[in-house]
Amino acid sequence: MVLVLFALFVLFSLLTLNRESATGAAAASRLSKEMLAAMSSKTEVFVVGAVRKPSGDFAGFVAADLGKNEKVTVTQVIGTPRDLRQAWDTAEAEGNTPSLLVVSGDVLKWTILSALQEESPDLEIIYPTERMVSDFLKRGNLLAIVDRIVVIAVIAIGMTLVILTGGIDLSVGSLVALSAVMATLAIKVMGGLEAGGGAIWAGFLIATLACGAIGAIAGFLVARFEVAPFITTLAVMLIARGAAFMMTGGFSIYQVPDSITWLGRGATFGIPNTVLVLIVFYVAGHVFMRHTRWGRYIYAVGGNEEAARLSGVPVKRILIFVYLVCGLCAGFGGCIQASQLATGAPNLGVMFELSVIAAVVVGGTSLSGGSGRVMGTLIGAFIISVIQNGMNLLGFDSYLQQVVLGAVILFAVLLDKARQNGT
Amino acid sequence: MVRQMNESRVTPLLEMRGIHKRFPGVHALNEVNLSLYAGEVLALLGENGAGKSTLIKMLGGAHQPDEGEIWIEGEGVVIDSATAAREVGVAVIYQEFNLIPELSVSENLFLGREKTYCGLIDLSGERREALKWLDCIGLDIDPDSKCGDLTVAQQQVVEIVKALAVDARILVMDEPSAVLTAQEVERLFQVVRDLKDRGIGVIYISHRLDEIDSIADRLLVLRDGQYIGGGAVSEIGRDTLIEMMVGRSLEKEFPPRDVTVGEEVLRVEGLNRGTAVKEVSFSVKAGEIVGFSGLVGAGRTETMRLIAGADLGESGEIWVNGELVSVQSPRDAIAAGVCLLSEDRKEEGLVLSHSSVDNFGLPNLEFYSRKGWLNDRLEQNEFDVYRDELAIKVAGPDQLAGELSGGNQQKVVLAKWLARRAHVMLFDEPTRGIDVGAKYEIYQLMNRLAGEGKAIIMVSSELPEILGMSDRIIVMKGGCLVGEVENGPETTQEDILALAMEEPATV
Repeated sequence: MVLVLFALFVLFSLLTLNRESATGAAAASRLSKEMLAAMSSKTEVFVVGAVRKPSGDFAGFVAADLGKNEKVTVTQVIGTPRDLRQAWDTAEAEGNTPSLLVVSGDVLKWTILSALQEESPDLEIIYPTERMVSDFLKRGNLLAIVDRIVVIAVIAIGMTLVILTGGIDLSVGSLVALSAVMATLAIKVMGGLEAGGGAIWAGFLIATLACGAIGAIAGFLVARFEVAPFITTLAVMLIARGAAFMMTGGFSIYQVPDSITWLGRGATFGIPNTVLVLIVFYVAGHVFMRHTRWGRYIYAVGGNEEAARLSGVPVKRILIFVYLVCGLCAGFGGCIQASQLATGAPNLGVMFELSVIAAVVVGGTSLSGGSGRVMGTLIGAFIISVIQNGMNLLGFDSYLQQVVLGAVILFAVLLDKARQNGT
Repeated sequence: MVRQMNESRVTPLLEMRGIHKRFPGVHALNEVNLSLYAGEVLALLGENGAGKSTLIKMLGGAHQPDEGEIWIEGEGVVIDSATAAREVGVAVIYQEFNLIPELSVSENLFLGREKTYCGLIDLSGERREALKWLDCIGLDIDPDSKCGDLTVAQQQVVEIVKALAVDARILVMDEPSAVLTAQEVERLFQVVRDLKDRGIGVIYISHRLDEIDSIADRLLVLRDGQYIGGGAVSEIGRDTLIEMMVGRSLEKEFPPRDVTVGEEVLRVEGLNRGTAVKEVSFSVKAGEIVGFSGLVGAGRTETMRLIAGADLGESGEIWVNGELVSVQSPRDAIAAGVCLLSEDRKEEGLVLSHSSVDNFGLPNLEFYSRKGWLNDRLEQNEFDVYRDELAIKVAGPDQLAGELSGGNQQKVVLAKWLARRAHVMLFDEPTRGIDVGAKYEIYQLMNRLAGEGKAIIMVSSELPEILGMSDRIIVMKGGCLVGEVENGPETTQEDILALAMEEPATV
């Protein structure tokens, strides 16, 4: 599946390639940066453009960018070649012959340029070059991909564990809503708009733990009474969402301070917190499943529950554990969601369980349990997000997007099956 | 009806000539010839992996030969599907029956060839015909009963009836007696003899050599995909037979052993569980092998499961090494040093979709981990030690347990319990579905374990095995312990059987 993700990256990078305008503001700022980087001492710069032409705008952009820097003395010349000649002679007379000339567009064709270069051999003439840029690969876009999927991806870790035991958890979407509502309600009660950081974290903690407890109860029902996970978690799904509506009377809770957005939109040491959350959670999940006893037990329960039991695996405890973890993940996911939106609402997280399950399955985990990897789920989540993002960039109609997403998920899973059977 | 026994002058019912079959990396069948005459039973023998399964799958339409031909009643045939097999009159009864447990007997009989009337299934018509067939074969059951509710022996006869109902002329039976008691096997043989009288040719695969003596007319031995030899059963001696199958001579079927019996290791008193286990008490000493004999349903497996914590009993006490232990779950039993090698190793003994190493490590992870952190290398090294000791053939460390042969699977199960350093080892049908060569290895291992002072219980339905391996024999019937016999040179199969079928003493 890594190959599929890689292929999608390449595909969308290519499909969103754009000629970056040679006289646009972006090119101007890039050029200015390059120039400033190359300058070592005070420099006289002429920025030349034609009136009411793109080159004129460009000159304006560059002049504005360069003008902020003390190293540079900028003179804008917007007009005709004769204006340039006049400005040049004036500067020469004053002893401020420019060493750099920034031109663009049609100005490049002015014959005066070669004349000036003959008169002043040290003169450098700089102009922007056209460039192909992929909208998909821009930093802002890549971050958007992460932000869009972080809640689903975090929940998917817990879901992976549940599915590995051969179970399923349909309640996660409702738990997101319940968690967001509980967290924001707690914060509202603890100070509302004036609440401090401590209150926010307390709110998050309460919400997450509550969802974990709900998960544990579901797990207990599955383990002890052998109620099918589908039914148990379906019931929780209904109850949790109902509870969320009851708690809020159907309204959103927005009386929370702006600082709540630190988790979902902030950054630490320059790295967005959402990225950090993903890294921390997925590394922890991977290490746990691969390198600890309980991780191994989870695989065994999914592979053959009876054989595991007869080999001394504490099957009931393992089952309760995985649903507990899934609840915690859904709870924390709800907190991230509340943080991203700065709101808690009972209608959040609708249909999230489907995306979460899709991420797990696309990532290679078998729905019958016993095989799959946590890191595979991360890739599955990214595949979904990348496809949605790419379709947005390409301007797909939102209904069409849904069709395509479904088709691609199906295709990705079939491809994976074929590859497995082939080896 | 005159039975056609004279091979040389009559056209064979079935002939397979010059059969070759290759799979990636292995030449599964190499120039194999087989002929079967109407009205005879041909025993197909060979170790696991010898090619028997592949050969019969060809008859069933699951595989096609790469080279060679199949002739039925003098005409060349191509069998490329199960339907094609049925059309040429071949019926294969696999070890795992092809019956749908939730459907009734008559529904199963007509599966795939339902009788219809105006597009709807003619249930009463099917029922009538089913009754007719069941009477014919002498099986007294209601055609509407669900197949899942029948005993294994009854299910097997239903499978045979399925074959008859489609006018099969050639019947292939793969290890039919593996899941039957001695009594049921006799009844099966009667059915087979009846089939012979109708002129049907039967290919019979079994590892139980004394059965071959009773039921087969001729035999054929495969080894490593090649035809080794064959002929009339009456003319080939047991030792020659084993040598043909294994390629080397085994001194005896059962390895010799020096018996040194020590202190009592396991004692159980008053074990009770519903009607399955009633007031069972016995003890086993270190170095002893106690054989548990009895008919299927006598309660042997249930008793072992109680001791191993797999089921919860209503009352009873268990002592290990003189200490009373409370066994509420398999974990408790394992902690007390008791381990169970289940009858059904695929369903209960192994996680087939995981590797042998993972299976080996599962009950022993606490040895290979510190504070919950697993040390893979340690686990792998330990496994390698046992792999070499037990001669487990694995293609690679990642090979799935489900891909191993029966004998190797059993060895993996054994290895995982040996690593636990258990005191008491309960073997339930340890050599079921395992070929002669691997069986001998398992017997040797059991002897060695007994020699190390472990207490061994062996539940088995194979009387020769019970007599060949046990120091003491305990017989159960109807959940009760009905007899305990020292195994000496005088003890015979009849003695044991007599006990197994006796009415239990009223409590």
